[in-house]
Amino acid sequence: MESLGVLLLHPMNAYLEQELDRRFRLIRLWDAPPGADARAAFLRANAAAIRAVVGNAGYNADAALIDALPALEIVASFSVGIDRVDLAKCRDRGIRVTNTPDVLTDDVADLAVGLAIAALRKIPQADRYVRAGLWKAKGDYTLTTRFSGKRVAILGLGRIGLAVAKRAEAFDCSISYHSRSQKPFPNYRFFTNVVDLAANCDVLIVACLLNAETHHIVSREVIHALGPEGVLINIGRGAHVDEPELVSALLEKRLGAAGLDVFEHEPFPPEQLLGLDNVVLVPHVGSDTEETCKAMADLVLQNLEAHALNKPLLTPVI
Amino acid sequence: MASAGCMPAILLCRRPEASFSAALRERFRVLDFLASGEPLPTFLAAAAAAPEPPRAAVVTGGCSVRVDAWFLDAAPSIRCVVSTGAGVDHIDLAECARRGVAVGNSGDVYSTDVADYAVGLLLDVLRQLSAAGRYVRRGSWPVQGDYPLGSKLGGKRVGIIGLGNIGSRVAKRLEAFGCVIQYNSRKPKDSVPYKYFPNVHDLAVESDMLIVACALNKETRHIVNKNVLEALGKSGVIVNIGRGSNIDEEELVLALKEGKIAGAGLDVFEHEPKVPAELFSMDNVVLSRHIAVFTKESRSDLHAHTIGNLEAFFSGQPLLSPVQADSVVQ
Repeated sequence: MESLGVLLLHPMNAYLEQELDRRFRLIRLWDAPPGADARAAFLRANAAAIRAVVGNAGYNADAALIDALPALEIVASFSVGIDRVDLAKCRDRGIRVTNTPDVLTDDVADLAVGLAIAALRKIPQADRYVRAGLWKAKGDYTLTTRFSGKRVAILGLGRIGLAVAKRAEAFDCSISYHSRSQKPFPNYRFFTNVVDLAANCDVLIVACLLNAETHHIVSREVIHALGPEGVLINIGRGAHVDEPELVSALLEKRLGAAGLDVFEHEPFPPEQLLGLDNVVLVPHVGSDTEETCKAMADLVLQNLEAHALNKPLLTPVI
Repeated sequence: MASAGCMPAILLCRRPEASFSAALRERFRVLDFLASGEPLPTFLAAAAAAPEPPRAAVVTGGCSVRVDAWFLDAAPSIRCVVSTGAGVDHIDLAECARRGVAVGNSGDVYSTDVADYAVGLLLDVLRQLSAAGRYVRRGSWPVQGDYPLGSKLGGKRVGIIGLGNIGSRVAKRLEAFGCVIQYNSRKPKDSVPYKYFPNVHDLAVESDMLIVACALNKETRHIVNKNVLEALGKSGVIVNIGRGSNIDEEELVLALKEGKIAGAGLDVFEHEPKVPAELFSMDNVVLSRHIAVFTKESRSDLHAHTIGNLEAFFSGQPLLSPVQADSVVQ
């Protein structure tokens, strides 16, 4: 059987890479010499063999790459968000696209709640304080604000949004949300307008997918509605939030706090945030646990194998 | 019930916030020990000699006033002691019981915030929020790439040491994350669906993480010892929101140094504010400064609750949160 030629766009997981190498014919895009011309030459040299691309949240099959790969049949993303895959072009070319839903839902929802508690109760800040040797007297504290009972608003009530809601409910939080359409959860208050959603909550959690409509959905107006006591948690995509507006709101304390896993220009979070105490920053670790990454990798591998054997894909997007 | 012109007197043996002080003075004649500037014996003698000596005292742990036989002899009019903390290790419960002095504590006012903090510490350790935050803040993300993988919370077995007001709230929260809850307590609780372990070692053997949520007393000092840490194992994580001395701190540091457990989230230490220096270089440890109770909400709940205890006493009702001589309080 002719082995499926797979182009891996970026190092993303050691186990995944090792298994791709073992089961298929693996080509690593970063083996190309540096420079746009050298890369284009590399792709030309391998184009006939490349029938599959494996990308992730940061590096995926955009129009230019798809055009450079005439033999491409399938894009298997090591992520659930595929905003960086040119879906329209894939549709035109009949290229299949798979992602990794469900297996990462729990981890991402856990992170959202972890960031919310960390931001409200200032846990990383306490850790910094102690490590800096500043804890010199018993009874040295500042009052933070309780997480339990807060009004939690969720942008996007899909798999991840629902998982966040379930966790927040265990803390007696009230749940409100905005989604493309109302969902059958009468206990959760639905808002058609994101500004109203923000004005009526304490913690706003971004959990929707990124597309043209949701680009900068957390705008200056929404940040203003969230207010100086409000908390923004982003476990979606950096581009969901107008980042310069967010930065100035945090600097000027017009927004109370933020917990951010994603940024507009990863791996470069805004410099001005790096010294702030009212923000919790993590480097896009939403699904980054040993257990979940293995499950995601297995899903990518199974999708590719199914495709190679002409069997139904496990988690197709198209 | 005292009439407006005849408010009952109380001893106040802790520093109050302005709003609490005002609320107390609306209802009681406050004899403020710290404000008096006098030594305790002088202050108590003056209070005892007053025409209407105080029948209740408000105290707190961690301040210099111990409610023991000497105190009760020096203030014989005191029939009720209300502590503004959960712990009552500064109160001789047996002596109070002997004299028929009612003792009240802060009841449930802190439980929610401490439970939230325990979950926050656990998520920080497993998902490396503090450590990865340091990585980002020192500019390592563009240079060194992705941060090493953390550990999933869902499906893991959580062993809770002490299933009281705090432990039961921790359990409820972690169930929503898909955790399996099991516990050790002085006695099994028939009303809960969680598996009971009669000793902490066996709990540790079958748990992926331990949450210390019990009070500190003779039985629970170093309840997490070297054997328990070994039983918890190389991928085990421990969170302490009880008291530093619930864990043998030297053994904990050793276990972390030698990789015998995977990580720890610690709000309390044996000799606060001293934190073992070895922990400062560990990325798998989250350090906090005994602040799990400190929110605006628990502060105002505490004031209301303390006044509630006092008003119950003065109107001849049972205290809102009485402490029995043999109880282990959260």
